[in-house]
Amino acid sequence: MLEARKLSLDNRLRGATVEIPAGRVTAICGPNGAGKSTLVRLLAGVLTPTNGEALLDGTHLQDMKPRERAKAIGYLPQEPQIAWDLSVRNLVALGRLAHGGARGGTWQGPVDAALSALSLERFADRPVSTLSGGERARALLARVLAGEPRFIIADEPFGSLDLAHQASLTRHLRDEAEAGRGVVVVVHDLGLAHNVADRVVLLKRGDVLADGPPEEALSPANLTAAFGIEGTWLGEPGERVLSVRAQ
Amino acid sequence: MNRPNLTLLACLLVAIPLSLIAGRAWIFGQEQGTALLIIADLRLPRALLAVTVGAGLGAAGAAMQGYLRNPLADPGLFGIAPGAALGAVLSFSFGYAASGWLLPIMALTGAGGAMALLALLAGRGGGIALFTLAGLMIASLAGALTSLVISLAPNPWALSEIVTWLMGALTDRSWADVALAAPLTLVGIVVLIRAASALDALTLGEDAARSMGVRMDRLLALLVVGVGLTIGSGVAVAGIISFVGLMVPHLVRPLTDRRPSSLIVPSALAGGLMVLVADSVLRALPLVSELRLGIALSLIGAPFFLWLLLRLRRGGTLGLT
Repeated sequence: MLEARKLSLDNRLRGATVEIPAGRVTAICGPNGAGKSTLVRLLAGVLTPTNGEALLDGTHLQDMKPRERAKAIGYLPQEPQIAWDLSVRNLVALGRLAHGGARGGTWQGPVDAALSALSLERFADRPVSTLSGGERARALLARVLAGEPRFIIADEPFGSLDLAHQASLTRHLRDEAEAGRGVVVVVHDLGLAHNVADRVVLLKRGDVLADGPPEEALSPANLTAAFGIEGTWLGEPGERVLSVRAQ
Repeated sequence: MNRPNLTLLACLLVAIPLSLIAGRAWIFGQEQGTALLIIADLRLPRALLAVTVGAGLGAAGAAMQGYLRNPLADPGLFGIAPGAALGAVLSFSFGYAASGWLLPIMALTGAGGAMALLALLAGRGGGIALFTLAGLMIASLAGALTSLVISLAPNPWALSEIVTWLMGALTDRSWADVALAAPLTLVGIVVLIRAASALDALTLGEDAARSMGVRMDRLLALLVVGVGLTIGSGVAVAGIISFVGLMVPHLVRPLTDRRPSSLIVPSALAGGLMVLVADSVLRALPLVSELRLGIALSLIGAPFFLWLLLRLRRGGTLGLT
């Protein structure tokens, strides 16, 4: 279990308490500046909280060795960068660094498995600069999967993807949750969050406004409180579409 | 050892004996005793020093470019070379340079001071932007203080010594210089190699690197020590030699898989080769007085830098995505 207990960081996050279970997809939603990215960066151990605790199975993330934390939690940042024009295989292999990289001895198997899981085998020896946006997003997720983490945290992974690639990435994340991993995704698209997530954490001004199944957390009343919109959900569960009228 | 490293090592092993032959006095025309004396006391230490200094510059350049994720980065950005130069210039000004060890020791002290200041200013967070700015500030401060010392030079002789030394050269160096620079450079390169996997992780940005278990404060410490030892010891024995740390990683990168970790060792080998060849060619040129190595490499390096900039303007990537 990955937990945030009364987690604060300056004015960006103010006492957020969230529990991330294994085997589920948890979506983090909220308006701009609500603290979504700050929360997931704290849960990934990338930032240090000013107050409160981020815990993995009851252990403070800050007390863990960075490598042990990295083995357990894979993090895909918002607007991920790839500075050097590595081959896709070498990019994905970066996911094994916490396990000792090539010196770890067992990097080839997990790297091949991650490439296969995201259908990247035929791109393996190509430089990343030759990939499309969707292929690059898959390669970056494969890097996280290669580390075989128990929790995957992705900050707006759908941002620059078209609908087909969004659907593909969504399926991959759901597969990972069904394989027993805890998946946390920051999502701007509330319809996507409703249909993909088992649970939604709705943030407003650095605190948790709602936390529960999508039908509850993204209720019209909560949408009004968080975003200042009048929203109505259309369609059946799993295929919800949000109809919005600005207030 | 992979193919680029083996090739560069082979070139180096061929270049070293060739460099012993070349010079104003070619070795074949000498008596055996004289030839042995020239090789053992002059050319061999000079060749080894060229390889040492070049290897340090190449490895530091590769590490710097990996850390800053910028193919135009140069070890000079850290402020360590200007710090070392300030120490050396002070030793000339106070007349300590006459004593063999004081010049390099003061240069190393200057490099150490710059390293300490850099680590202090960049802090535990180890942010790259702060690090770069702190390096630029130190370089600027050390440059200004060096100019001040030059302007206050006690006599024309000291002034001439300082200016000549700052041009960078390997003329008249001895085994004592090799004994000082080689171990420090070797330790520096080993320290930079230890930082290599963290530099790979940094390819994906600071947040991703932290999430992969990289301790940015440890990486910063390794780089400050590694670059400090390689560049500091190089400046201590050879003065300022620019552009090698910029040029060499560029020339070598196409031979590698572009991971920063796979660039450090070949850059060290190619850096050693470049400085050795340049120094040997300069020594053999039929000029009235020998062209200073630092000047010659700058004359090559500046157009090279311009060429890189033009490539970038025309949409070239220089190894970036």
